[in-house]
Amino acid sequence: MDTIYALASARGRAGVSVLRISGPLAFETVRGLGVETLPEPRRAALRRLSDETGPLDDALVLLFQKGASFTGEDVAELHVHGSLATISAVLRALSKMPGCRLAEAGEFTRRALENGCLDLAQVEGLADLIDAETESQRRQALRVLSGAIGRRADGWRRDLIRAAALIEATIDFADEDVPVDVRPEVNALLDTVLLDLRQEVAGSRAAERIRDGFEVAIVGAPNSGKSTLLNALAGRDAALTSDVAGTTRDIIEVRMDMGGLAVTVLDTAGLRTTDDPVETLGIERAVQRAKQADLRVFLDDGNPLSLGPIENDIVVGAKADLTGVGVSGLTGQGLDQLVQDITKYLQTLSGQSSTITRERHRLAISNAIAHLESAQDELISKAKDEVAAEALRHGIFELDLLVGRVDVEDLLGEIFSSFCIGK
Amino acid sequence: MFHVKHYAVIVIGGGHAGVEAAAASARLGSRTLLISLDTDKIGVMSCNPAIGGLGKGHLVREIDALDGIMGRAGDLAGIQYRLLNRRKGAAVQGPRIQADRKLYRLAVQDALKATQNLDLLAGEVVGLLVKDQKVYGVELAGDVQIHADAVVLTSGTFLNGVIHIGDKRHVGGRMGDRPSVRLAHQLGDLGLQRGRLKTGTPPRLDGRSINWDRLEHQAGDEHPVMLSFLSSVPAVRQVSCGVTHTNEKTHEVVRANLSRSAMYGGHIEGVGPRYCPSIEDKIVRFAEKDSHQIFLEPEGLDDTTVYPNGISTSLPAEVQEDYVRTIVGLENVKITQPGYAIEYDFFDPRGLTDTLELRAIQNFWMAGQINGTTGYEEAGAQGVIAGLNAALRVQGRGPKTFSRTDSYLGVMTSDLISRGVTEPYRMFTSRAEFRLSLRADNADQRLTQSGIDLGLVHEGRAHAYHRKMELVEAGRADLDALQLTPTELQARGVKISKDGVRRSGLAVLAIDGVARGVLDDLAPTFASLPEDIRQQIITDAVYAQYTDRQKVAADALQRDEAVAIPSDIDFRSISGLSNELVVKLVCNKPATIAAAKQIEGMTPAALILILARIKRDGVKRAG
Ligand SMILES: Cc1cc2nc3c(=O)[nH]c(=O)nc-3n(C[C@H](O)[C@H](O)[C@H](O)COP(=O)(O)OP(=O)(O)OC[C@H]3O[C@@H](n4cnc5c(N)ncnc54)[C@H](O)[C@@H]3O)c2cc1C
Repeated sequence: MDTIYALASARGRAGVSVLRISGPLAFETVRGLGVETLPEPRRAALRRLSDETGPLDDALVLLFQKGASFTGEDVAELHVHGSLATISAVLRALSKMPGCRLAEAGEFTRRALENGCLDLAQVEGLADLIDAETESQRRQALRVLSGAIGRRADGWRRDLIRAAALIEATIDFADEDVPVDVRPEVNALLDTVLLDLRQEVAGSRAAERIRDGFEVAIVGAPNSGKSTLLNALAGRDAALTSDVAGTTRDIIEVRMDMGGLAVTVLDTAGLRTTDDPVETLGIERAVQRAKQADLRVFLDDGNPLSLGPIENDIVVGAKADLTGVGVSGLTGQGLDQLVQDITKYLQTLSGQSSTITRERHRLAISNAIAHLESAQDELISKAKDEVAAEALRHGIFELDLLVGRVDVEDLLGEIFSSFCIGK
Repeated sequence: MFHVKHYAVIVIGGGHAGVEAAAASARLGSRTLLISLDTDKIGVMSCNPAIGGLGKGHLVREIDALDGIMGRAGDLAGIQYRLLNRRKGAAVQGPRIQADRKLYRLAVQDALKATQNLDLLAGEVVGLLVKDQKVYGVELAGDVQIHADAVVLTSGTFLNGVIHIGDKRHVGGRMGDRPSVRLAHQLGDLGLQRGRLKTGTPPRLDGRSINWDRLEHQAGDEHPVMLSFLSSVPAVRQVSCGVTHTNEKTHEVVRANLSRSAMYGGHIEGVGPRYCPSIEDKIVRFAEKDSHQIFLEPEGLDDTTVYPNGISTSLPAEVQEDYVRTIVGLENVKITQPGYAIEYDFFDPRGLTDTLELRAIQNFWMAGQINGTTGYEEAGAQGVIAGLNAALRVQGRGPKTFSRTDSYLGVMTSDLISRGVTEPYRMFTSRAEFRLSLRADNADQRLTQSGIDLGLVHEGRAHAYHRKMELVEAGRADLDALQLTPTELQARGVKISKDGVRRSGLAVLAIDGVARGVLDDLAPTFASLPEDIRQQIITDAVYAQYTDRQKVAADALQRDEAVAIPSDIDFRSISGLSNELVVKLVCNKPATIAAAKQIEGMTPAALILILARIKRDGVKRAG
């Protein structure tokens, strides 16, 4: 039995999001996220999650043992901070865990049912819920598929069917009038599809952002006017502003529309060294979040910061009301220019976006790429047609959601219409 | 009325399905009667004199692994052996033979006569005896009734068969045989979903009038691969086939007479297979091709008839002669029997369970062409499943079903009963998603033990199988015990990177291009084994690398197959299911969750609701 995971709470930005992991390797998987001491079952505990790239989030970890969980299996719940970046990062880390895969729609419920953890009434109640879930997924898939991605997917589908049909024709109709060497054509078809798929993955982050919103972090020393700036941008009192340095301990997020793009502006804790352990934690988290954002706006008041700007980041002078240059949240000076600069950059980013919009899509495409590459390798360098066909089948299976299911009848149809089979 | 006899199982039809069904039932120890129109014609090959091929060869091996007749009879009649895809991987290699028609038929009849518990009877079955939706026997022409606890129907192309040659048509089950009309009527009255299919066959030629000197020849393999696990060498003299081609002139004749073809003249309503097009079809659909290949296959060692594979047709007889004579080598050829098309009834296989029992009527199985398939191998394979299960039922034992994960038998059954047919169904390896594990070479490892456990396999084969597996396991253990470093392997000339991984002997021999004998000095047991056993061990090891990957998917499927949906489930009463799905479920009656999943438009939520209902009902029943 595989261990499965998925976002259990609604998708989208929220204060807290819950990721659920179920299956024999559930606890092992939590360990794999860098949690050395697991909390006792049914006791929530704060743990730092990390992967090979570094810390992911501080999360509330809650374990349920086999027989005493929703699904009847070992279950782990990770209550993480509800930012999209955090959720994506943790999902991505989970996708790399051995023996672990993204749950199919309704799979948790199905396991619960199979393990006798739900009775019919409960299931019927749940079914509405799942229906809603799958129905909305279906509608979403349809919506996505009807547009740009649909046209691309049609092309992939055609090419993949053709490629698979060519290989299958040489296998199943070896003693017929079929082309002897289909490798060059199959190779070319796979090259075309792979090129597209790789572009999709590369552009998927931007696409996800267009859908879920870009993140822009305001970074600066304590009291450099970050919160005032945020409030000015948002036009309301979102962040608690005061003259006491270090007021903004947690991260404050305000969602707004900039030039038609959904943007979440983050106000992070002032960056400074401090003895206050709580504030230190806040600062660490601020740095982490700022790094993950799509763009950082540095408010420069001359104080040194533990985080430096990278390419494309915006650096402006702080508190223009006092210094005369830069931007001031208080007077509104330089605000329009700043908004313009931010919008311009985000629009460039969104121009590079691909058509896939979901982590689920990205994962499917990445897996498909791996299978298609292996199909090419088996076919071209090892001449193992039947193994190549198998890899191709797996690749198409991964892309099912995008290109629709490719049935053996589709392959046979292509074969019989292209080649004169039948002695 | 004559006195009524009683059998445990009656099989109607002595084609390839009927033969295997009767033999399987009798092997299992049930008293069995095989009734066919003409017992001398039992085992007749209606069409091409060849058995096996890709997908089909796999089926023959599976029939053989369960101790069926087709493989052994084929090896007694094989006059040319070719392993298709010899240069590709073992998973897609299919053994094929050219058979001497007469020898094949006689070998089949001999095998039946040697089978205990089995009687043969010539006669026409005109009706089933049915009471309370249960079959209890058959009625023969001449007012004879024979009772039985189970009946298997395998009447092939005979139900309402109509033969077309050009614009002439007459009723017939195949050339020279009368059709089954009365039985077809009764089956129609039982309300079974009926359809019409068609297939065709080429003219037969007199080999003495062929100018062989002008033709290329194709010989069989130098090292013939047998159909049966029990055979080792061909039983009779081997021959080669001639190869020739159609040309522009041939195509002109056909084109000029298209309107006179039964098919193009609109005389036929049935649907024909896309993979077996007539010469008319080829010329219309592939107009850009100026030539098509024809194999001239001798029908037997002491038979002058030649089967021209590739030009089946339903043109008028005189046109057939005209176009055939435009072909190189056939300039003066005599046609001994014109080609024809045949239309026949089949029944929607979605009305069957996974043992091929009809759902609407109990104790009644159907196998072969009547289920919408085509081919001897497809028919024979279904015969085994149906005959075996009929006997199991009579003996009060549980059913034996096959899965997509263990056999082509399972693939075919699942395709037929859950998807139905739109054209005559033929097996291809591409239909098997677990193709890398369902190989012709390991059909015995996949099936024979279960056959032995059922009592379906005779002692001689069981013994041979156990002996083979002992050797295979000894060789495997020998190789498995070795642990070799990359350095040691490089010293032996094995091309491998220094990755620091120690490999077992099995893993080493599974690497591409490694010579079979490279570890012989280290593995004396393996070294001492016969070549075929050594090859088997290596083939298994080569595919083990991929089959591990397939296992995850196979496990999931098996889990779904294990969840049976009770036949009395009331889908309408499950709240939350959409109307559209309810209709599909009611009409498809999936027997398992796996089958339900195959239904178009099925959603995860709906599956969960069905599962929940099964659980609840299960609890109620138990309680
Ligand atoms: C013209 C023609 C062309 C074909 N072309 C191809 C081809 O190109 N490729 C291919 O793979 N396959 C082809 N086939 C199909 C192949 O021959 C069949 O698929 C296969 O023989 C089916 O086996 P079966 O056992 O189902 O039926 P059959 O072999 O048809 O056997 C039916 C048996 O039932 C008996 N029977 C019927 N009715 C009664 C009754 N009422 N009472 C008693 N006995 C009865 C008959 O006597 C016969 O013995 C062709 C068949 C025909 C006739």
